[in-house]
Amino acid sequence: MNNRTRIAWTFLVPMIVLMAFVAGWPLARSIWFSLTETNINDISASSFVGLANYYGEFGLFGNANYTEGFWHSDWGVSILNTFKFSIVSVLLETLAGLGVAMLLNQDFKGRAIVRTAVLVPWAIPTVVSAKMWGWMLHDQFGLINQLLVDWGLIAQKIAFTADPAYALWTVVAVDVWKTTPFMALLILAGLQTLPKDCYEAARVDGVHPLRVFWKITLPLVKYPLLVAVVFRLLDALRIFDLIFILTSNSSSTISMSGFVRREMVDNGNLGFGSAASTSLTLIIFLTAVVFMRAARVRLSEEAS
Amino acid sequence: MNDQRPLFGNIVLYAAAVLLVVVSVYPFLYTIATSFKTGNALFSTSLFPTEPTWRNYIQLFEGRQPFGRHLLNSIMVATVTVALAMLMAITASYALGRINFKGKSALLLAILAVSMFPQVAVLSGMFELMQALGLYNRAIGLVVPYTIFTLPFTVWILTTFMRGLPKELEEAAIMDGCGPLRIIFQVFMPLLAPALVSTGLLAFIGAWNEFLFALTFVSEDSERTVPVSISLITGATAYEVPWGSIMAASVIVTVPLVVLVLVFQQKIVSGLTAGAVKG
Repeated sequence: MNNRTRIAWTFLVPMIVLMAFVAGWPLARSIWFSLTETNINDISASSFVGLANYYGEFGLFGNANYTEGFWHSDWGVSILNTFKFSIVSVLLETLAGLGVAMLLNQDFKGRAIVRTAVLVPWAIPTVVSAKMWGWMLHDQFGLINQLLVDWGLIAQKIAFTADPAYALWTVVAVDVWKTTPFMALLILAGLQTLPKDCYEAARVDGVHPLRVFWKITLPLVKYPLLVAVVFRLLDALRIFDLIFILTSNSSSTISMSGFVRREMVDNGNLGFGSAASTSLTLIIFLTAVVFMRAARVRLSEEAS
Repeated sequence: MNDQRPLFGNIVLYAAAVLLVVVSVYPFLYTIATSFKTGNALFSTSLFPTEPTWRNYIQLFEGRQPFGRHLLNSIMVATVTVALAMLMAITASYALGRINFKGKSALLLAILAVSMFPQVAVLSGMFELMQALGLYNRAIGLVVPYTIFTLPFTVWILTTFMRGLPKELEEAAIMDGCGPLRIIFQVFMPLLAPALVSTGLLAFIGAWNEFLFALTFVSEDSERTVPVSISLITGATAYEVPWGSIMAASVIVTVPLVVLVLVFQQKIVSGLTAGAVKG
């Protein structure tokens, strides 16, 4: 067995070294930069400022310049946007995904076609779906506005992607359209492993289908469902491209990742941007831990 | 089960199925339709262009932006990224899937954690690394940041598949005196081939679609990849957005992916579920 262990490490070393080089080192440097004041145009000239990027007059938190309060600062708004987006979109995707999965789990003619069609939104690159929906939701020439006016549902065309009242929810809607297939497929895979005899017995006893759903289906798919939700939540919390393209990265819809990029690249404050990215990472990490504790999902169980 | 469902249930079922297909497919069909319209026809909401034209497509390759070059860049970056990740992942996943050793579950957890990492977390450090390596502003340089998410992902999924292979096969091979490399590449390979296809395809899609790193680490126009290219297509004036060209570019970038996904759908679905549900 000792020999096998040696083989294992021989096979793993190249991967570990490469990961340390492309992920570990940049992460460590990013955390270091968050403690410095550095301009993107001259990285070598950086000065150590301690926690000033995080807290204090020029910091992310406890900044006296936030005259309207923390939650009205760009950073506060980006945190709120990210969480609003993540919670609502993951919730809707889970419900819609469950619905689609239940539908695809039924026997009906043309099921294969529906199953194939459902994959299309998932196969479309995010950038493309952002542009595509940006065009369909266009405030003057968009298909959606035209349809809503034709059907008499709205009197005036709506600027879905520009009006702050709608923009974030438009992003949520597009994300739900794009990601529901992913959730549906994961849930469907869970549904298909369920024992058939339970359903047979329930049917013979004449149990109402809704009761079957609550008492049999849901408890049985709970675990794969929660794992899928954790994956989606972690993915949603780092959203960048959809918001950046669909709403032109306006400050009313900016996400935490968008804030980081804007500070770092557009404004050139590599240090301050790194403080924001490090905070973002901690926030995501904490959210994941809290969620998994609350839902009793243990990823290590999977890893074993 | 079909005949046991009441008529009403059947109607609801088929109505839901039709609605689902329309919602899933219509936006992309509309995109294709738009890509064949120019001028005032763009503003008609009909799915069938009255005077279909290739002009948007032709313009794309003759326009200010070297779109053809961007396509080649994307193909090259995604291919090299996937090849590199696969090369390392096949042996690594054998170690993680078939051999028991101390620290294995910690390592698997670390791999999972890295693949769930927010990309911006490494943005500034990666910026410095890319400059130090002389890869900043070069398309091929994107392979370095892309490895961060491709490698853990491929290792994770392939490990699941490796674990599912029959034990007897490996034992018989060991009896015959096969070394681990021969076991992987001669004994397991035929069984692993479908898994490799689905994993490779998913990794390729990931690299093909990536936007944040591509936007940040490449500013030279000729070195861009297609997602950034599409996001930056602009008209002659700031007020004139060339929707026809944008849609044409979108179609070119998406059609190969949609075709691949539909052709390999069974394999892709098994790859996705292996990665997330069973673990």
